[in-house]
Amino acid sequence: MVEVSTPTKWALRLVAVGYVFFLVAWPTGLLATRTFEGGVSNLVETLADPDVQSALALTGRVALLAVVINLLFGVTISLLLVRYEFPGKRALSALIDLPLSVSPVVVGLSLVLVYNSRDGWFGPSLSDAGVDVIFHTPGLVMATTFVALPLVIREIVPVLTEIGDDQEQAARSLGANARQTFWRITLPSIKWAVVYGVVLATARSVGEFGAVKVVSNNISGQTQTATLMVEEKYQNFAQDQAYAIAFLLVLVSIACLVIVAVLRPSSEK
Amino acid sequence: MSSALSGATIDTTGPASPKGRRPGRAKRTTPRNTLTGGAGLGLGITMLWFSLLVLLPLSAIVARAAAGGWDSYVNVLQNEQTWAAVVLTVRSAAIVTVLNIVTGTIIAWVLVRDRFPGKAILNVIIDVPFALPTIVAGLVLLALYGPNSPIGLDWAFTPNSVLLAFAFVTLPFIVRTVQPVLEELDADVEEAAASLGASRFTIFRRIILPSLFPAIIAGATLSFARAISEFGSLVLLSGSRPFETEVASVRILSFIENGSYASAAALASVLLAVALAVIVVLDLVQRRVARRG
Amino acid sequence: MSIDITGVTKRFGDFVALDDVNVSIPTGQLTALLGPSGGGKSTLLRIIAGLDSADTGSIRIEGTDATSLPPQKRNVGFVFQHYAVFKHMSVAKNVAFGLEIRKRPKHEVTQRVEELLGLVHLSQFAHRMPNQLSGGQRQRMALARALAVEPTVLLLDEPFGALDAKVRKELRDWLRRLHDEVHVTTVFVTHDQEEALEVADEIVVINEGRVEQIGSPEQLYDEPANDFVMSFLGEVTTLDGRIVRPHDIEVELAPVPGAVEGTVTRVLRVGFEVKLTVATAGGDVTVAMTRTHLRGLGADEGSRVWLYAAKGAVTVAGTAVKETAVAG
Repeated sequence: MVEVSTPTKWALRLVAVGYVFFLVAWPTGLLATRTFEGGVSNLVETLADPDVQSALALTGRVALLAVVINLLFGVTISLLLVRYEFPGKRALSALIDLPLSVSPVVVGLSLVLVYNSRDGWFGPSLSDAGVDVIFHTPGLVMATTFVALPLVIREIVPVLTEIGDDQEQAARSLGANARQTFWRITLPSIKWAVVYGVVLATARSVGEFGAVKVVSNNISGQTQTATLMVEEKYQNFAQDQAYAIAFLLVLVSIACLVIVAVLRPSSEK
Repeated sequence: MSSALSGATIDTTGPASPKGRRPGRAKRTTPRNTLTGGAGLGLGITMLWFSLLVLLPLSAIVARAAAGGWDSYVNVLQNEQTWAAVVLTVRSAAIVTVLNIVTGTIIAWVLVRDRFPGKAILNVIIDVPFALPTIVAGLVLLALYGPNSPIGLDWAFTPNSVLLAFAFVTLPFIVRTVQPVLEELDADVEEAAASLGASRFTIFRRIILPSLFPAIIAGATLSFARAISEFGSLVLLSGSRPFETEVASVRILSFIENGSYASAAALASVLLAVALAVIVVLDLVQRRVARRG
Repeated sequence: MSIDITGVTKRFGDFVALDDVNVSIPTGQLTALLGPSGGGKSTLLRIIAGLDSADTGSIRIEGTDATSLPPQKRNVGFVFQHYAVFKHMSVAKNVAFGLEIRKRPKHEVTQRVEELLGLVHLSQFAHRMPNQLSGGQRQRMALARALAVEPTVLLLDEPFGALDAKVRKELRDWLRRLHDEVHVTTVFVTHDQEEALEVADEIVVINEGRVEQIGSPEQLYDEPANDFVMSFLGEVTTLDGRIVRPHDIEVELAPVPGAVEGTVTRVLRVGFEVKLTVATAGGDVTVAMTRTHLRGLGADEGSRVWLYAAKGAVTVAGTAVKETAVAG
């Protein structure tokens, strides 16, 4: 490898570290400082608030459902995309990525247009059947599922492609049926990819804001998630509480990052 | 590396397509041609869910935008406030993308070729903007660049805040697309060029940069798309002042909150078109790389 | 007959991998499917196993119509070129897989696995993970795994193709001995004619999706059905419009009735053997002989010689498809 000269090396190092420090590291660190400016009591008091508790619980519930749905959907569609041939496959594989580049507000709007109970495509009939989507938990789950949809698939597809289907064919030739092959061979081979996908989808689901904001009527204790509460608290000048909730969300996302960073090298041996 | 964070498109074609396959030679990753009963059912359920969740709602936007006819569509976009939001969004996204091309490539270079204590931490921090909830990202940026800035930079509610938010949320994209390519780069080629008398700068410009080019384009495209559609990090940071700091997504939200879904859909369809264009560009870049490789 | 293949055709897009193939594979024998890469032999093997399906035609295994049976119902053992080991399972677990799928009692599984690991000389590796084994060991493990379920037929797809030359030779001898012990009907795919000639009881030569010839190694070598079989099974050269093996050509320094006249243009000594290139009116001819023979003959570069096929030599009409390799 051709080495760059020492001054150039230092200059590049300085730009890289400086940029990341001023853009990400310092601001994020400041958030923690602000949270604990008045000691731990701020965090403790904020957590004692029943509205905060219910917002955190709602975020947990919505994220869990969204992750489970995306896990099942993600594993199925990854297998279909890699192992099978069907018309429209290329279009589907391109469209899967769409949620990553569509604005969360557009995601929310799209769901409102179809599922709002006043004039949505399916909303009124669903409402008559007793299922309310927009401004209710199902809407929050759908919005969250939508934005996190590609994450599991993007982890699994490359691994499935890489391992090939030799092992699966060997299992079939040894008498395993499709279900046995999946549980005993395919799933163990992709389990780390599945774990990463789930962790990333969790981080995204817990933190979703824009799409959820559109489909939620932001009623505290009912449809207000943790991220929505951060906005409300900050704008109502309850900044300490906003910082405390934000700090918890940061912990979740950093934990997800650390899990991925720690697990990943072990499976790439 | 966590390429999942970067957003390069999924390659499902695999190394062997049915047509080009040489039976019995290369490692088989060829898809089985037929859908058996179970797989057919899986595909059906999956497609139904995908349609209900993604395809139909996105079509609803297009349908709603088109419902009022071409004139009302153009009217929405010609509204001064809306147009100002679009211009601000596109201009800021373009500036940040150019910034990312430079800094992202440098960071990727440093992560791959340089060695210093704390590099592993730098590598993890790169992903923080991806994992952080966007509303929290705005809050985090306010801490250093807001009213109580310890360095005396109060950019809140100024056009700079839009650039700042965009730069924050798009940081990982180019780093994470360029990094793996740089890791795979063959040191032999650089050494061969050096032995042929090329200077370090020439090697970078003639040998390394061309190999990184597709990755940079892919990362830049993703970064631009992400910036155009950004919403959450701006809510607290930019103040969303019309004609000054209001971006397209925020404008859509205010249409939604006023109940004017048709206007919201019209502007949303523009963002949707950009998102689709991004996917097409990425697909083309990837195909070109695959052909060359 | 153990496996009957009737009228099998298989296309991949425009590419015809198999074109109306009819083969019967005898019970208890070791049969080689031999041919150049991309000739369709692996596809045929995979169709027998049910891993690919034929467009037309039928497959019968031990008298049962298997054409539309899924692979897991055919009771075949399949060994893949790249081993297809289950990476997340120990060696013993890999071998036990088929038995566990069949829900055999635990003690029976343990006993059978031990027996098979002994057979493939991997007893001491039972609890290792596959990535701790060498390529040859992995392939032996894959073989034990395939044999564990007592398959009706054992199918091997280029089983030694990914191994280096020395290990390949060892495993080849070992497969032959193993087959003499186990006697299961075995079909293996190879593009290496030496491997096929050495190991197989019966060889099916396949080229461009068609069966060129079926027979014992001796039949194939001594009575090749056509120029392709003759040239694929060993070096050939063209003498007077007929294909003949270079060591089956006699060389004289004086005119002989019916012989072809030519000039020695090149003499190449490789070990005990000498290869002469002789320019004749019909093109260059390669002749192989021992060093001693050449010395006795007294020919050298520039000598005028007369060439004719030795008595009893096999010749086939046509021109050599493959340029006879001259080491350079």
